[in-house]
Amino acid sequence: MSDDQNKPPLLEVRKVCKRFPGVRALHEVSLAVAQGEVLAVIGENGAGKSTLMKILAGVQGQDIGDILIDGKTVQLDSVETALANGVSLIHQELNLADNLDVGANIFLGREPVKGLFIDRKRIHQDARKYLEMVGLEVDPATIVGELTIGHQQMIEIAKALSVDSRILIMDEPTSSLSTKETESLFKVVKDLRSRGISVIYISHRLGEVKELADRVVVLRDGENAGDLAREEIDHDAMVKLMVGRDISQFYSRTQHAPGDVMLEVDKVRTPVHPAHELSFKVHAGEIVGMAGLVGAGRTEMLQTLFGVTPALAGRIKVAGEEVQPQAPIDAIELGMVLAPEDRKQQGVVLEMSVRDNLSLASLRRDQNKGFLNRQKEREISAEMIGKMRVKTPTEHQIVQFLSGGNQQKVVLGKWLAMEPKVLLLDEPTRGIDVGAKQEIYKLMEELAGRGVAILFVSSEMEEVIGMSDRTLVMHEGCITGELPRDELSEESIMQLATGKSLN
Amino acid sequence: MKKVLGIFGLLAAVFLITAMASDSFLKPYNLENLIRRTALFGIIGIGVAFVIITGGIDLSIGSVVCLIGCGFPFMVMELKWSVGLAVFVVFLASLLIGLLHGTLVTKLRLQPFVVTLCGLLFYRGVTRGFTRDQTMGFRNELGEFRKIATAEIDIPGMAFGIPMPCIILLIVAVLSGLFLNYTIYGRYLLALGRNEQAAKYSGINTDRMIMVAYVICSLLAGLGGMLFVLDVGSAQPSDFGNFYELYAIAAAVLGGCSLRGGEGYITGVIIGAALMQVLKNMINLIDAIPTNIEYAVIGAVILCGVAADEVVKRAAAKRKASREFEAAKAS
Repeated sequence: MSDDQNKPPLLEVRKVCKRFPGVRALHEVSLAVAQGEVLAVIGENGAGKSTLMKILAGVQGQDIGDILIDGKTVQLDSVETALANGVSLIHQELNLADNLDVGANIFLGREPVKGLFIDRKRIHQDARKYLEMVGLEVDPATIVGELTIGHQQMIEIAKALSVDSRILIMDEPTSSLSTKETESLFKVVKDLRSRGISVIYISHRLGEVKELADRVVVLRDGENAGDLAREEIDHDAMVKLMVGRDISQFYSRTQHAPGDVMLEVDKVRTPVHPAHELSFKVHAGEIVGMAGLVGAGRTEMLQTLFGVTPALAGRIKVAGEEVQPQAPIDAIELGMVLAPEDRKQQGVVLEMSVRDNLSLASLRRDQNKGFLNRQKEREISAEMIGKMRVKTPTEHQIVQFLSGGNQQKVVLGKWLAMEPKVLLLDEPTRGIDVGAKQEIYKLMEELAGRGVAILFVSSEMEEVIGMSDRTLVMHEGCITGELPRDELSEESIMQLATGKSLN
Repeated sequence: MKKVLGIFGLLAAVFLITAMASDSFLKPYNLENLIRRTALFGIIGIGVAFVIITGGIDLSIGSVVCLIGCGFPFMVMELKWSVGLAVFVVFLASLLIGLLHGTLVTKLRLQPFVVTLCGLLFYRGVTRGFTRDQTMGFRNELGEFRKIATAEIDIPGMAFGIPMPCIILLIVAVLSGLFLNYTIYGRYLLALGRNEQAAKYSGINTDRMIMVAYVICSLLAGLGGMLFVLDVGSAQPSDFGNFYELYAIAAAVLGGCSLRGGEGYITGVIIGAALMQVLKNMINLIDAIPTNIEYAVIGAVILCGVAADEVVKRAAAKRKASREFEAAKAS
């Protein structure tokens, strides 16, 4: 906000580059934040936002490039030095010790002592001061685990204020907040700005960015894609910079005449939301999107269909056959497979080779009286690496060293080898680069064309709108509505996702 | 096989040093005995390797060796059961113990360490109870049957015969190697040891495979226990098999099994078992090393072996990373 030309910006990033094995995460990225400015950094998943923020917070080092604070080059080689320079990161996943109380968390590692012992009284006194600054009325003696996520986030912010941070980095702060909590977070951010604290705000919710940001920096594929000044910030301008091309081309869809019902879910109750019944159908050749806020119960629903957390009640039919999946194998045998949200934990075995991962699900089918069918394994591996265009030096490469997009292709390749009838996808493009994303969309389209029924959960509005023939929206465990392709809009989805009905 | 090469080098080094420092080391009697002990520990080491591959641990092996080692002569000598029935009960009991451990670990989700630690205490206590702490032995009976542990197979041109336990170890090792590396179940074990969730999500019945690993481990501990007692002739309930679980685990770890799971080599386990027996032998034979520091030497050598392995691995990873970075920069 400072118009003073001679004063250097509070924080400046100059041509920072960062590589991971097989991925170029950042390439010559630059940005600057003035004192008391709210700078939004936006970009698709995999655009490099999180990597850049980790570098600023001292979690990772950059390969090349400089970071300047008050015009002086600094080495942010650890979280401690970043904090000492006034930079605090509020993580996407909060980093609080939820077994300790609020005061203890705010002063963790910097406890005031009285002789040998922690000075609890002072902790609680001082904690109150910082809690007030973020407008949170809780007793500092409350155990953090008992607070809502929104309140926990405020405590993270209070913690950052207590170390005199001048720059707060918020990484997707609203991803797990309710509407009301989001509003109070906005109030705190605006309040911080008026106190002269700079905020770097990372989000892909463009509505929030529009409301909060003084300036927007857009990243795409690890590079600067453009900047927007306050008066230039509007939805279309941001999308254009983020995606870098016309969206209608990005999501290539042709309508297929839906075939027979491939997946029928009838009054199913999941263990996580036992109060609500879920019923819907997915036809052959149809791509159905499943939208909703984080925590709406979408992942839990997929896991119930797949047999990870068996249903408490209701009927599930796959291609006309009724099944009560008690374990994934029950679903797989009927031709229903899941590419899970947590790719590294549930999708691939990171330490195994590409080939071993690709063949893992089909070993059983192709077995030779219990013995491995190596010939078949090699065939599957070669076929899927080719078909999925997995970028890997050899089939023996350890999956850990592939990029997120290629790991996802390995997960999908593993399932394509099983020739599924129903494909369940949970956040299929999370954390992967734009190129791989487009390939995955193409693949979904191609599979639908071949009569596979696809149900995909996504938190990315653009993706849901771009890819689905039909969209189901969930809110707090129930399906609140169904939108045909021609009624899909960000507004209609948000209405249903927040529990309101369409008028 | 690189992993096995390192430990093999260590074994060769200790072997050569002992051979040079002691005259009696290379005597046929000593070598034959060394091979016999290696084979016996190799069998229980292969068993625990399966559990370690799943990411678990079995601390009860020594007590199972004691239970079977005392229980077998008890059944034959005190209860006057036939050898066939006694052998059947030995394997049945081992199988049930493995099933119990596996069930507690997979269904109740108890930690393997806790489950088998309780097993360690329980089976020893039970054995001391039913034997009333009396030494169980065959006296002079059962000579024929004991040959499966004591006999040797003469090979023309060799100064000593191949002890029977060595043949049994070979059979166990070949079957285990086939199971681990050539069947889908072996692949399942390796996959779930790395990432149980991903294995489950790929349609693998992970609980059943973990159960199989614990059953294999207890069965081989039971087989080991029977061979141990047939070999020496008698067993004392209070100390028979003491620490054997640690020798088995050490053999597996030296042989390249990662306690994090998902990695294990049958040949490595055998070499690891051999290394420990040669070390023990070395301490006994070389006068300059006092016998009472035996455990200290073994502990130090294992630690050095494992640490050296880690250092080499890290250096290799670092080299690889910097190579990739250079290549990436160049492109």
